[in-house]
Amino acid sequence: MFNFLFDAHQLSDFLGSGIGLSVPLIFAAVGGVICERAGVFNIALEGQMLLGALAAAVGANLSGSAEVGLISAVLTGALSGVLLSILGVSLRGNQIVIGLAITLFASGFTSFMSRVLFPEGANSLRLDGFRPFGLPLLENIPFFGKILFQQDALFYLMLILVAVTMFVIYRTQLGLSIRAIGENPGAADTAGVPVMLLRYSCVIAGSAIAAIGGAYIVLAQVFLFSDNITAGKGFIALGAIVLGRWNPLFATLACLLFGVFDALQLRMQATQPDIPAQLFAAMPYVISILAFVGLIGLVHPPAAGGKHYDREVR
Amino acid sequence: MTLDHFVRWMYALKGLWAVVAALIVGAFLVVLAGANPLEAYAALLRGGLFDYYGFANALVRLCPILLVSLAVIIPLRAGFFNIGGEGQVYVGALFGTVAALYLPQAIPAVIRLVLICLSGAVGGALWALIPAVLKVYRGTNEIITSLLLSYVGANVVGGIIHVYLMEPGAPYPYTREIPFDATLPIFLPRTEAHIGILIAVALALIFGTVMKRSTFGLSVETVGHNPVAAAYAGVSIRQTAISAFVIGGALAGLAGIFEVVGVKYRLFDHFSPGYGFQGAIVAFLAGLNPRTAIFAAMFLAVLQAGAGSMQRAVGVDTMMVGALQGLVVLFVAVGLAFRYRPRVITASAPQTPAVGIVPANSKVPE
Amino acid sequence: MIHRLTLESIVKNFGNFRANDDVSLQVKTGSVHAILGENGAGKSTLMNIIYGLYQPDSGKIFSRGEEVSISSPRRALDLGIGMVHQHFKQVENMTVVENLILGLKGQWMMKLNHHRQAVKQMADDLGFSIEPEQQVWRLPVGMQQRVEILKLLYRNADLLILDEPTSVLTPNEIGPFFKLLRRLREMGSTIILITHKLNEVMDISDRATVMRSGRVVANVDTAQTTQRELATLMVGREVVFNVARRESKPGKPVLEVNDLTVLDDRRLEAVSGLSMTVREGEILGVAGVDGNGQAELAEAITGLRSAASGRINVSGMDVTGISVARRKRDLKIGFVPEDRHRVGLDLDATLSINSVLRSFKERPFSRRGWLDFQVIDKHAEELVSRYDVRMRGVHQKARDLSGGNQQKIVVGREIEGGPKLLVVSQATKGLDVGAIEFVQKTLLAQRDRGTAILYISTELEELLNICDRVAVIFKGRIAGEMNVSEATSERIGLLMTGGRT
Repeated sequence: MFNFLFDAHQLSDFLGSGIGLSVPLIFAAVGGVICERAGVFNIALEGQMLLGALAAAVGANLSGSAEVGLISAVLTGALSGVLLSILGVSLRGNQIVIGLAITLFASGFTSFMSRVLFPEGANSLRLDGFRPFGLPLLENIPFFGKILFQQDALFYLMLILVAVTMFVIYRTQLGLSIRAIGENPGAADTAGVPVMLLRYSCVIAGSAIAAIGGAYIVLAQVFLFSDNITAGKGFIALGAIVLGRWNPLFATLACLLFGVFDALQLRMQATQPDIPAQLFAAMPYVISILAFVGLIGLVHPPAAGGKHYDREVR
Repeated sequence: MTLDHFVRWMYALKGLWAVVAALIVGAFLVVLAGANPLEAYAALLRGGLFDYYGFANALVRLCPILLVSLAVIIPLRAGFFNIGGEGQVYVGALFGTVAALYLPQAIPAVIRLVLICLSGAVGGALWALIPAVLKVYRGTNEIITSLLLSYVGANVVGGIIHVYLMEPGAPYPYTREIPFDATLPIFLPRTEAHIGILIAVALALIFGTVMKRSTFGLSVETVGHNPVAAAYAGVSIRQTAISAFVIGGALAGLAGIFEVVGVKYRLFDHFSPGYGFQGAIVAFLAGLNPRTAIFAAMFLAVLQAGAGSMQRAVGVDTMMVGALQGLVVLFVAVGLAFRYRPRVITASAPQTPAVGIVPANSKVPE
Repeated sequence: MIHRLTLESIVKNFGNFRANDDVSLQVKTGSVHAILGENGAGKSTLMNIIYGLYQPDSGKIFSRGEEVSISSPRRALDLGIGMVHQHFKQVENMTVVENLILGLKGQWMMKLNHHRQAVKQMADDLGFSIEPEQQVWRLPVGMQQRVEILKLLYRNADLLILDEPTSVLTPNEIGPFFKLLRRLREMGSTIILITHKLNEVMDISDRATVMRSGRVVANVDTAQTTQRELATLMVGREVVFNVARRESKPGKPVLEVNDLTVLDDRRLEAVSGLSMTVREGEILGVAGVDGNGQAELAEAITGLRSAASGRINVSGMDVTGISVARRKRDLKIGFVPEDRHRVGLDLDATLSINSVLRSFKERPFSRRGWLDFQVIDKHAEELVSRYDVRMRGVHQKARDLSGGNQQKIVVGREIEGGPKLLVVSQATKGLDVGAIEFVQKTLLAQRDRGTAILYISTELEELLNICDRVAVIFKGRIAGEMNVSEATSERIGLLMTGGRT
């Protein structure tokens, strides 16, 4: 049953599909890390991915261009970030409730809008998406070249995004400020960090990035839209954030792990019909929970996560 | 009436405002879909409320939504967010179904039915116990664990049906039909309205009183307001948290088994259309009040029951109702964010959030 | 001459409470200027306005003679104004150097190496050494305070506002700290020192502004005033702070603590091998600088925290391992906690509920798990009238009461429980003079009824005022114990710092 692991060709196919499945997770997780590092819970990731997915489908369908689809996804995600910031940062609403509300809204809204906008059915679309192209030289690296460097533009964007996020968070003054407002906004404020501006920026940017995760599914994987196409990936991304200890790179690795599990599950479904696929489908969640439970105490999540900041509260 | 009173009064009705606002925005969506909003809403109401079968259908949908909303409300009053009602519904349904299929026929039907429902409650309670224990003893964020456990629960129950309980030759995983004498009686003739609905409404009323007038209710409330003060008051936070979660889980489990023995008579893989989240919507719409939850749950149920009539009458897709639900919860969230906050300066502590959550990952004191 | 900072008619309201009322003052360049006042006099509010954390409702601010509007701490820092809060504003799990460069403008990259050197150099210039890579939470409090000051200097602040800086220091750290302040003054900094301690004003300041109830009552040159005059100005009447009291008649031991060790939240020993006894009808004071194990001791006795080792006997019974609820109900241990907002009250509940917060599970307030609201309301009515709580009604939320009235509820509730042992922690913190007197009289009356009282406070005068015996706690141990008749500020002060008498 696990013979494919010992065949280079099958293994690279398998890993390729695992990586592909993890890309939407990675966008969502990195977006989430940016929000949470700044001290704002974003459990709207799932909803933001969905909104991004629909926006990508609509944009790409109307314009015939995948790039326009991507841009509309980014804008839609950013818009949801604005909503989350206004309600959850400025007006100090409960960020969990607001995040959940955005997700629930997105679920109903996208399903309905897809029917209004695509009367013939969004799942019969044939969108022009991003197609894979090889990077010169790199694609010739044995084994890994095919997996990592014969991919589409969004995949490369993801690689750049992870690198840039790592760099900004751990190497720049801006990153120091972001980490500080997630730990102790009062301290950051007195040190002259513009807490509100930075929280808004992080939430909007993070939300837009999460929406790209949804757009990736539509524009690079299935080229159509269907109801709840993200199928809980936003929630798995939350698990990956915890497993990755609020570090963008580690979160990315956690997403890869989950992606590989997903690939395994799909493979089992196809090749081993006797084993219930549901049990494999449950694996990423179980691992997230175990990781979550095991890690607490060892890691320390942003201390001010989900807490509101108001200078004048005495 | 002073302005102050007026604002307070308007704020108390925030659930209603959220519904009104959602209906207004929803009207635009209906127009977008090329229909007349008034006709659409009229059709919704006709189909979901003013029609015997439609009303009964709404009641059937009310039952799980209401029970799951209680499963959110009770722990949240203590400051613990049980967002995992969905998983508890599945595990409850599984436990109850196993009891229904395997309890000896020799046991009188009434007793068997009670045992089946209790098994369902136990199943839900056990599933809710996991995030509760992790929260209380390890400080693990219950929001994330209960949410993730929903997916685990749904999939594991699906897997168990698949492996052990599947009806031979079924096209997809569902169990054998449960014996007729182990099903809930119908109280509205020629409909599916089973007595589980009445039990759910009764439970909502009972818990309304319990939260308001019992020492347990006050303990829950105190823990929700301020865990440190609760510890000082001699209330065991651990015990309160775990009881609140277990009661909530039991109610969600009951929702699951009622769906099986009241409506479907089989346990289907992935049978829940998202009761976990719908319960959360109702909980917030009702401002965490168990009695108000009856009306809030009925509102959602009527929408769902009327959706089909609306589609037939004006050609707006039933998914419109999903969007409407989303809008309601969004506006409820907006309402919570805009909560009335007179700026009196007395205390050093900032106002607790309208729905207090204990800071994520903070370990619960003993 | 141009003053470093001038305030004109500053007004700040919180709701219908006026925290600053027409406040004007001038701070000379290169001086140490003390702002003196009791808790709640409006000092901190005023400083937060200068630092841009609060916006004044009216009034003008001039920095170096120019009118300015200070919209944020960033703006204040641009004007060279920096503030060290009483509770340090540090990101505790970041390093010293990270805290120092946080929020620095005009830089994109974190140049850690460069800053590490610069920080070390700056500390050297001021006469102390610092490890830039150390995480802040690992540093002793005195060092954290220096990091806060460095942080301001690093941003070229030349006006330093220090909010009650000595409250976290032990007496023997205060000398070097004042030396540091003098060094800063020599180097050209202007310092505003917020305090309620008269001797500090006399020791270090050049000028002092005295505040009372949100208003400025006097501006004086320190050289031309006396402690007594300042005290009178600050309190608003001649300070005779002696509550009428009778000698105590101690009876049997009620609380016996033996070799007690308690861990704090970081699992470090906060109380180590402490022993003490409190008898019926006496008040034992526990003196000490904040953070020497007082809070943990009180929590261990009342059951909110478990003891790591040792014994706590109350009325002859070992209570370690008995729950908070049972200690309260069966052993009659009352507790007035230090933090009434966070611990002593449920601010979001009504006064009614708060009046039975620790007894609602008992008869007659509830029966078989059901609350009896009639009995509870009646009890609350009696409590508020007996303890003179000013409020609109017992269904008002505790949050809406003033601090003094909140404290009366807590004290009253604990006394109404008929305590054999009453643990009182910082009972008068943040209260006005009237409320302080009321609380102290109430406690003395309770003593005369035979209750054993453990009275924890950091205020020496207060301890000498109402205690029968004073024990001094230092690093989790009792450093010395004496009858109040033998106690002097000097003797206690020495013990508080770990010295021997």
